[in-house]
Amino acid sequence: MKNRTKLPILYLGLVLALMYVPILVVILYSFNESKISSVWGGFSLQWYARLFRDRAMFEALRNTLVLGGASCAAAGVVGTLGAFGMTKARLRGQGAVEYLSALPMMVPEIILGMVFMAFFSLIGLPFGMGTLVLAHTAFCIPYVFMLVKARLVGMDPSLAEAAQDLGAPPVRVFFDVTLPLTAPAIASGMLLAFAMSIDDVIISVFVTGVDVNTLPIKIYTQLKTGVTPEVNALCTLMFLATLAVCLLAAFLARERKAKE
Amino acid sequence: MAGSILRLENIEKSFGGTPVLRGVSLDVAQGEFVTLLGSSGCGKTTTLRIIAGLEQPDAGRVLLGGADMAGVPPERRDVNTVFQSYALFPHMTVEQNVGYALKVRRVPKPELRQRVREALALVQLEGFEKRRPAQLSGGQRQRVAIARSVINRPKLLLLDEPLGALDLQLRRQMQQELKRLQKKLGISFVYITHDQEEALNMSDRIAVMKDGLFQQMGPPEEIYGSPKTAYVARFVGAANILHCHVDQVEGELVRFANAQGSGAFLARGRRFQPGEPVTLAIRGEQARAVKGLDRSAPGLLGVVKEKSFAGGLLRVTLELSGGGEFVCSRQGLDSDLTPGDQAKIVWEPEHACPVDQELSQSPAGKEGGAGES
Amino acid sequence: MKAKARQKKGWAWLTVLPLYAFTLLFILGPLIYMVVLSFLTREEVWGVRLEFTLDNYAGIFEPVYLRTFGESLKLAFLSTGLVVAIGYPFGYFMAKLTAHWKKRVMLLLMIPFWTSSLLRLYGWIIIFRAGGVFDQLLMALRITSEPLKLLYTYPAVVVGMVYALLPFMILSVYSSAEKLDFSLVEAARDLGASPLKAFLTVSLKLTLPGLLSGLVLTFVPSMGLFFIADILGGNKVVLVGNLIQEQLMKARNWPFAAALSIALLLLTTVFLWLSRRLSKEPS
Repeated sequence: MKNRTKLPILYLGLVLALMYVPILVVILYSFNESKISSVWGGFSLQWYARLFRDRAMFEALRNTLVLGGASCAAAGVVGTLGAFGMTKARLRGQGAVEYLSALPMMVPEIILGMVFMAFFSLIGLPFGMGTLVLAHTAFCIPYVFMLVKARLVGMDPSLAEAAQDLGAPPVRVFFDVTLPLTAPAIASGMLLAFAMSIDDVIISVFVTGVDVNTLPIKIYTQLKTGVTPEVNALCTLMFLATLAVCLLAAFLARERKAKE
Repeated sequence: MAGSILRLENIEKSFGGTPVLRGVSLDVAQGEFVTLLGSSGCGKTTTLRIIAGLEQPDAGRVLLGGADMAGVPPERRDVNTVFQSYALFPHMTVEQNVGYALKVRRVPKPELRQRVREALALVQLEGFEKRRPAQLSGGQRQRVAIARSVINRPKLLLLDEPLGALDLQLRRQMQQELKRLQKKLGISFVYITHDQEEALNMSDRIAVMKDGLFQQMGPPEEIYGSPKTAYVARFVGAANILHCHVDQVEGELVRFANAQGSGAFLARGRRFQPGEPVTLAIRGEQARAVKGLDRSAPGLLGVVKEKSFAGGLLRVTLELSGGGEFVCSRQGLDSDLTPGDQAKIVWEPEHACPVDQELSQSPAGKEGGAGES
Repeated sequence: MKAKARQKKGWAWLTVLPLYAFTLLFILGPLIYMVVLSFLTREEVWGVRLEFTLDNYAGIFEPVYLRTFGESLKLAFLSTGLVVAIGYPFGYFMAKLTAHWKKRVMLLLMIPFWTSSLLRLYGWIIIFRAGGVFDQLLMALRITSEPLKLLYTYPAVVVGMVYALLPFMILSVYSSAEKLDFSLVEAARDLGASPLKAFLTVSLKLTLPGLLSGLVLTFVPSMGLFFIADILGGNKVVLVGNLIQEQLMKARNWPFAAALSIALLLLTTVFLWLSRRLSKEPS
């Protein structure tokens, strides 16, 4: 019996290792002295230094964070309100709007990019941060909406009734019971939306203005034209950030479990 | 009735075209323990929700302390509810849960803490303030739910099958505790259950409910001893139902005869004519199966079908000549009957109760009742 | 009492107003526009003329474009097939781990998942580049004597696609397999079924929902992830996505791009509908 369990573990290990190979390669080469990535020139931190002096890169980073923040906030508000309204009452056109709002998730990104670009130029919107936020909000809303709606639908209705029964008027019930219990779903939705936004390249390429660059766009164009090793350094830093967030999330989850 | 805590007048309610309550009227006095007893779907939970204000009746009035509650939302009624699922707020501590009714009324913190402590002491959960519902056992959660709903000393407490999720031992224990608590606090209870033993144990009055109507309402002894309909007789303590025709009337004693034999019952103030069809309810514990009696002696003739032993009672099932079954039960294990024996079933006349057809509509004569035809 | 219900509805309308407005304005609007656009004629230098035409759709049927669609479908099927082959066993094995290990593997899986897709792609560029890591490895192992120049080839694109889409399939299969009661498999074995048979009749059937939703999550994006083909395939690999981008940006033939997009949309919708039908079938 013991021998049989070896194969699955080996397989898991192999696939996982393969998943990390490209990442590790990037990290490794970020310390490469040589400019040509295929030749190892020696250990160096020069690309990191170059990175920190790169203005354009910082601006792109700032744009990305602002864009992500604005989109996830807007999606958070619109999606949460919508989920609340739709679960409280039966409204006309509800099903259709729900389906439409989820379309950005089901449609290939290239089509979304194309559609937004055509539409924005039709109504004469200047391309830039504004159009970026609009487009990003559009594909962020479904994440928030679906998570919040699922939470509301699954919530025990007798909780709100109990609060009312004990003397709380409807507004009080909302703030004391409904909102706190929905908050985790709202937070997860917004977090997911943020992650999707800062990684988006296709849609951003289509709806951005000439002088507005986001980090993914910058990396993408650099990957296509000619790679400066700075990109390695940038990617490594991004990876470290992702790693930190993932570990933090795992740690928090464990803490919460331990409390119970 | 002046001074009644709760008064329901001909409450009607339908959901999506299906009538759930078809004319329910009730009067609950100060400090009274009233139980709504019935199987699932009979409308008891709906009645409770209407009293609490979580549902609105289609017709009829709800009066709390004499005041009409039409248009009054739940948060402004002096009624609290213990929900079947307890509905404890999972994101709040026990203290925050129990103190919620006070927090909403802006009771100052020190007083709130003190009263929470007292309420927890009432249900024997001192020291549990900082725990969360997820950390509590079923019985503990139940007690927190009770503490939460009595802390504000409402005039009326509604309980929706609160003991349903507990095991038998715990349930019996909680029955005692609830009864004790009710007497101590002097709050009127309207209690819902489908467990007749629970109802008989705890209540001052029981209302047996079926299909949105009260079949009978009265103290436990009355429900048990003088059931008005076959349904009530069968629901509260098993009963054997007998259909027969009146043979002779001798004052209070009425004799009947039918294919299964003969017997007698008390008229209980009603008038019977010879030849009149009558339905009788006879409790198994109050009838005996006896071997070797004379054929002409009064009683029902039957053949012993099986004997079983359940919960301290010996049950003897007999097949009646002329069809049908009859169950006699009594304490003790010994019996000289074996399957196949012929025996006569006998009882004291006062233990056979004439019953009516079930109520299928609201009793006529109530004020303003819009009865169905 | 009725007034209360109406008041409740009033509040509800207020809260859904932003969502309704946004959806109608920025999702329905653009979609309608795209459909309209696909029927318009393209102006010579720039823009569109308000002239109804079916030319755009007819244009799709030209062999070169049909071939592009075919290529995209082929790549999508190939990638999806590989993703299933690699991802399904992974999700299945993962579900069989102890709770402790499940959490660890999940964390290890999440990190690449959340890492920027571009970053991971870039890694493959470094590896596949002529004279890059892969070549060096092969030469060191004496498998090849010359650099393979894997970059800008079809296999490179396939690898990139599979790599990008694998986590979705794994997560889908895992969420389904996790709910699987393994004692059912043991029961089947107990009744005499061989390991393979037990798997096919019990495990596979019960994890089918996860597999199917994973298929959807894999196939649909694979039709549109043109930037992987762009970066790893260069000009050699042309997919519908590249085509649409080209028509939009370079050729400035918006109506045609719109028609292509709608064709692509229809394809993906058909596929989505098919998979939903399959998952409802009580097999």
